[in-house]
Amino acid sequence: MTEPLLKIEAVSKRFSRRPALAERLAGRITGRPARDETVHAVTDVTLEVARGEVLGVVGESGCGKSTLGRMVAGIHAPSEGRVTLAGQPVARDRGGHVTKLTPNVQMIHQDPFASLNPRMKVGETIAEGPRQHGLTPPAEIPAMVRALMAQVGLEGAYANRLPHQFSGGQRQRIAIARALAMRPDLLVLDEAVASLDVSIQAQVLNLFLQLRRDLGLTALFISHDLSVVRHVCDRVAIMYLGRLVELAPAEELYAAPKHPYTAALFASVPEIGRGRRAFHPIEGEIPSPLDPPPGCPFHPRCPMAGPRCRTEVPALGPAGPGRAVACHLEHGGTGAEVAA
Amino acid sequence: MSDTTLSEGGPVPVPSAPPAETRATRLRHFWDDYRRAPMAVAALGLVVLMLLLSFGAPLVAPQDPYDMAALDYADAFLRPGETGSGGYVHLLGTDNAGRDMLSAILYGLKTSFVIGLSAGALALALGISVGLTAAYFGSRVEALLMRVVDLQLSMPAILLALVLVAVLGQGVAQIVLALVVAQYAYFARTTHGAATAERRKDYIEAARSTPLPTHRVLLRHLLPNVMPPLIVVATVQVASAIALEATLSFLGVGLPLTEPSLGSLISNGFKYIHTDRTWLSIYPGVALMVTVVAINLVGDQVRTVLDPRNSR
Amino acid sequence: MTAALDVRGLTTRFDTRAGLVTAVNDISFSVEPGRILGLVGESGSGKSVTGFSILGLIDAPGEVAAGEIRVAGTELRGLAPAAMRRMRGSKVAMVFQDPMMTLNPVLRVGDQMAMAVRVHERMSKRAAWARARDALATVGIPAPEERLMAYPHQLSGGMRQRVAIATALLHRPGVIIADEPTTALDVSIQGQILAEIRRLADETGTAIVWITHDLAVVSSLADEICVMYAGRIVERGPAEAVIAAPRHPYTRGLLDSVPSGHAPGQPLPQIPGSTPQLANLPAGCPFRPRCPRATDLCRTTPPARGSDGREVLCHHPLEAA
Repeated sequence: MTEPLLKIEAVSKRFSRRPALAERLAGRITGRPARDETVHAVTDVTLEVARGEVLGVVGESGCGKSTLGRMVAGIHAPSEGRVTLAGQPVARDRGGHVTKLTPNVQMIHQDPFASLNPRMKVGETIAEGPRQHGLTPPAEIPAMVRALMAQVGLEGAYANRLPHQFSGGQRQRIAIARALAMRPDLLVLDEAVASLDVSIQAQVLNLFLQLRRDLGLTALFISHDLSVVRHVCDRVAIMYLGRLVELAPAEELYAAPKHPYTAALFASVPEIGRGRRAFHPIEGEIPSPLDPPPGCPFHPRCPMAGPRCRTEVPALGPAGPGRAVACHLEHGGTGAEVAA
Repeated sequence: MSDTTLSEGGPVPVPSAPPAETRATRLRHFWDDYRRAPMAVAALGLVVLMLLLSFGAPLVAPQDPYDMAALDYADAFLRPGETGSGGYVHLLGTDNAGRDMLSAILYGLKTSFVIGLSAGALALALGISVGLTAAYFGSRVEALLMRVVDLQLSMPAILLALVLVAVLGQGVAQIVLALVVAQYAYFARTTHGAATAERRKDYIEAARSTPLPTHRVLLRHLLPNVMPPLIVVATVQVASAIALEATLSFLGVGLPLTEPSLGSLISNGFKYIHTDRTWLSIYPGVALMVTVVAINLVGDQVRTVLDPRNSR
Repeated sequence: MTAALDVRGLTTRFDTRAGLVTAVNDISFSVEPGRILGLVGESGSGKSVTGFSILGLIDAPGEVAAGEIRVAGTELRGLAPAAMRRMRGSKVAMVFQDPMMTLNPVLRVGDQMAMAVRVHERMSKRAAWARARDALATVGIPAPEERLMAYPHQLSGGMRQRVAIATALLHRPGVIIADEPTTALDVSIQGQILAEIRRLADETGTAIVWITHDLAVVSSLADEICVMYAGRIVERGPAEAVIAAPRHPYTRGLLDSVPSGHAPGQPLPQIPGSTPQLANLPAGCPFRPRCPRATDLCRTTPPARGSDGREVLCHHPLEAA
């Protein structure tokens, strides 16, 4: 087996916020001292992505999927662990100032209305990265921009326009062209189709599938939309409250989810054609990542939770070929069996 | 011109995007919105007229007030409308040295504009540098720079300018320098506020993760997007610089009467306020007031037009 | 039986720089008590403007130019502002995508809900709090007394949206208009709210207009569906029937665009082109430039045709399966 392109090794990310002076004073006066707040955004995640593979990362808000994507894209540096691309670290953190070290990972953001500089012509937006990094000789830049725009389905003549003259779907195509211009080894797509209209979403998904066939793209595809992930990903990682809870090839995961959270998530999503039905929503709320519960993060909402789940964090362990689950049910029982 | 998209059946023509919007059409939209307020249009006209008259003073003014040889003490204290030894009517009268007041006001207005515009431009540049640096780098750099700015904003600008002029001495360059130091903090604060909001947006993150060098992110991505609120502040600060300079000159620490600005003219006329020679202080005062009010009205309307909540 | 909400020929226009734009173009629909109508469309379809028009929330440069809006038989158009305010909240209420449109960040949930009660009804503060507590319980909020004491920022997004829905329910309005109320929420929380809404309609007889872009939500929640495109309702009918056998090419394309049900990795059947710009609509059928079935006939405005409670605005509708 060849060396994986992307390695995420035991990565954690915490964001700490010290209360401001005024808050500390107010806390002193009211007798409720303001404490440092720490968000456990990502906890101990290990993942690998092989060259040519598309890995889906799925979860609800606060699950840490976007933070994970930003660490892979070199925008954040991990608090612990390493993110490496072909053996080289993606970013460096010196005294809180993160410097991205490689142009070989490119990111596509969720909101194409925010991700393009509103005062820069789209052609320049596409061209500036390659020019800065000397990837394309200056004389060939206009031709490169035209070729890229054609590749994402846009007229090259639009290069002189500003972003606000484009629709959401067209802007997302421009953002894709900007990322491709750097000839990256890995793309990070963070909810890249979530803010698009349904009919436009299909166009952009088709574009992604086409580019994947043509260029052999490797990608981390972050999304909350289960049907979209199923459509474009080879393998899927399910995250909950900062932790990886299940990892499996897409088809197997959708056919038979093993983690109770994955199963509950699938059951709570409305789907076209299933008709009107009684919903089976997951009980309770998602706990705050400021104060994650002890033990398994899902145990307060889990119908199968036992005593062991309340104290011991389940490790991600193998559960069949190519699959892994972090659940005591799969690995030694929840402790409820003993009681019963 | 047609756009094509990928689909199963090959490329499918789709309606093209709207025609390209050029700088000219954007300017026209700006003007369409601006002229909705007739007062603001009048104010803009007035500002343009005063700029033309003051910078064209050598051509328009009946007399060169700097040329001591052209002054005749026999013409001192002529009332508005009287004819002097030069054989022409002194529309706004003359002062104690026989200076034609209209000419002095036009030349003084020019000095005021030169000082106000150059102080505004330099303060803008300094304020942008401080505000952008603070917003982009954050943490300790930000805390240090912005505390200095806050400290300065807590002091009246006139007080700071007075102290600086007292130290630096008189002259146009010294006054401009004093005004820049007294005013850059307003630009720094506005830049910092706008840049802190912009910095969090995805396009900055995208530029950083390309990766592009810091100076390029700052100058090509962040700066153009914090300009609109700065244009408004700049307009108001030019008016404020003109008023500040007049105040300094009125207090006698600004420009000497040989280099008349509106402030020194008012100051000179003020000596005669208790006589019936009120034209000596009133006309320069009116010129100052009209200038400052007109510039502020323009600034207000620019603010209204640039406010995204008012866009259609 | 009087419809809880009856809209006839509603037309709303906006005077923009690009000219007079018709955001909602002569649409009609009605909802019976206890029924849920799904108003589906993409951006620019006019679905949200429809909601705002019904509640009289269209401000200049916009204007409801024509139509009748009857809530339980009372015509809302032409009501004096004060009378309209009395209707809003007590007879017809709105739930927004962002619950903070309804909630005041500096007031406790209980205080603002009690205030909302006492705007329309004379009652003691204590009774108003009790009413607020009951409303929270109705939408399935656990420990409602505690929530009454909380400030909005202390609640999660899903909880805030429930509070907003509970606030809309305070006067037991006959009609609730909900504009993308679960779009910003996580799927597991969305599931909880959809379940509560369905129960609410069934148990209290409230008529609900559910405005959304999400066909999956509508197909599992609504009784009837209206599909909007470029300001018009292009297809309407019972939810199951429309989802199972759409007759308008746009509805068909929209359903096909959703990945579920297609072989993974294969290209999705897509609608070409962009969502239309209202200022620049083609003559005749607005869907014509993107439509695979378009002919020269489509340059004229299509007639409404249909039977059995279904209606489609198309020259070449798909055959019923």
